[in-house]
Amino acid sequence: MEATNELHTTLLTLFGKLNGGAEDATEPNDNDATEARTATIPLDYSRSGANLEQHCRPEQLRTAAELLDNQHFLLESITGVDWPEKNQFEVLYDFIHYAAPQYRVLLRCTVSRDEAIVPSLCSIFSAADWHEREVYDLFGILFDGHPNLIRILLPEDADFYPLRKDYMP
Amino acid sequence: MNLPRQRYEETFVLNLGPQHPATHGVLRIKVTMDGEYVVKAEPVLGYIHRMHEKIAEQGNFAQFMPYTARMDYLHALALNHGYCLVGDRDAGIQVTERAEYIRVITVELNRIASHLLWWAAFLLDLGGFTPLLYAFDDREQILDLLERTTGSRLTYCYFRFGGVYNDIDDEFISDTRTFIDRLRKRLPVMYHSLVTGNIILIKRIKGIGIISAEQCRRYGASGPVARGSGIDFDVRKHEPYSIYPELDFDIPVYDEGDSMARYMVRMDEIEQSLRIIEQALDKLPDGPIMAKVPKNLRPEAGTCYAAVETARGSLGHRLLCNGDRNPYRLKLRSPTFSNLSLFAEVAEGMMIADVLAFLGSLDLVIPEIDR
Repeated sequence: MEATNELHTTLLTLFGKLNGGAEDATEPNDNDATEARTATIPLDYSRSGANLEQHCRPEQLRTAAELLDNQHFLLESITGVDWPEKNQFEVLYDFIHYAAPQYRVLLRCTVSRDEAIVPSLCSIFSAADWHEREVYDLFGILFDGHPNLIRILLPEDADFYPLRKDYMP
Repeated sequence: MNLPRQRYEETFVLNLGPQHPATHGVLRIKVTMDGEYVVKAEPVLGYIHRMHEKIAEQGNFAQFMPYTARMDYLHALALNHGYCLVGDRDAGIQVTERAEYIRVITVELNRIASHLLWWAAFLLDLGGFTPLLYAFDDREQILDLLERTTGSRLTYCYFRFGGVYNDIDDEFISDTRTFIDRLRKRLPVMYHSLVTGNIILIKRIKGIGIISAEQCRRYGASGPVARGSGIDFDVRKHEPYSIYPELDFDIPVYDEGDSMARYMVRMDEIEQSLRIIEQALDKLPDGPIMAKVPKNLRPEAGTCYAAVETARGSLGHRLLCNGDRNPYRLKLRSPTFSNLSLFAEVAEGMMIADVLAFLGSLDLVIPEIDR
């Protein structure tokens, strides 16, 4: 538990720096449809299953992931979500740590549905390779810098993205 | 392992699967070969993809329960458990105590069945037929036990939000105890003496398919694959859920990182599961098996994550709700998907016969990878 608390404090500081450098830049974007923002939100583990939620803009994503990599986190899964009312896609990254029990960090990143490009984390976490391919496969979100962004579960000639809310089979 | 010094001029592509018996289901691996050596391995997925995540969005919460068991059909109750856990957590349901015990007893029985089947199939891959007959004999006892309680033999739909659907009776308890004694007696004789110490097996899997702890981290490996590489990581201890904190059991960890280490982790886990079941049966409290639960779950808008330990590793559900009666988005994080993703890196430079032994030691269940 001690290791967990220490890690939590370290991450709050590091993410604080990440937010601090960007706060001025976010203000004009408040009314923007993409709603780009950065924030660190501590969560209640017993309720949500995670301890820390970090919202970041796409261009900050790799910095945030590198920061977690330096603390020896591992990427557990990547979840894509479609929010058609806001005209947005959201990508959620789940991180855990082998040595820190009951500790889970969630990175959240939103992009516009019209220009859905997120930087790839492949060069930082090898696990991102397949998980990003899956999100691309099911949502059509592009991952900039991915070495082999091809469909993984659906047939290679599929021309649809089934987990988009407007997909009709 | 390094490639041999003498290289052939030509390489050729070998298609392993999707109907190859060693791939256990419909996994296909495109292997580029240099003689007997693998230059590049490329798993091709999706042959049994059914888009369960979209199905989950179409119905209400309870309607998705039967589908969970169709993913990992060898440890189906753990998938029941994982989905119930995320629903219970998000809707704030307190599961009754007796139900928690029943959940753990049945999940652990199912875990043993899964490990026994893996053991049988793995040795079959390596050319040993006899072990399969022993393992299936024991597995059959478990399936009979679970069938009487849950109503099905393989694809269970036994758990409910807030509890389980059927109570266990005295006959189940006494038969389970008999089974524990039986397996305890048979493990050292029929499993370890006959197979584990066998020189042919040791030559085939010792030092083969070595995965480093750093590789495990980079690829997000979990379960016996991570524990065979010296990582003490088991969701039952790491993110305790249900009644696991009240029970006394160990997490077997081996440092070697080879196929033999993963083999030993699973064999030791069978013994630990027997310990868990025995304790849970001793402590089993009386009381209701279902909590008071609304007919339709309608959790508040927000997101929630819950992980459980299946026989293959950490299974996670990320649930996003928008206050409606059906999940807005349900992501399934399957352990073998991550475990298989490190296969290509490790298989490079191995001989084809070793690759098959290594593949078997990962314990893949393809419907769970493809979902």
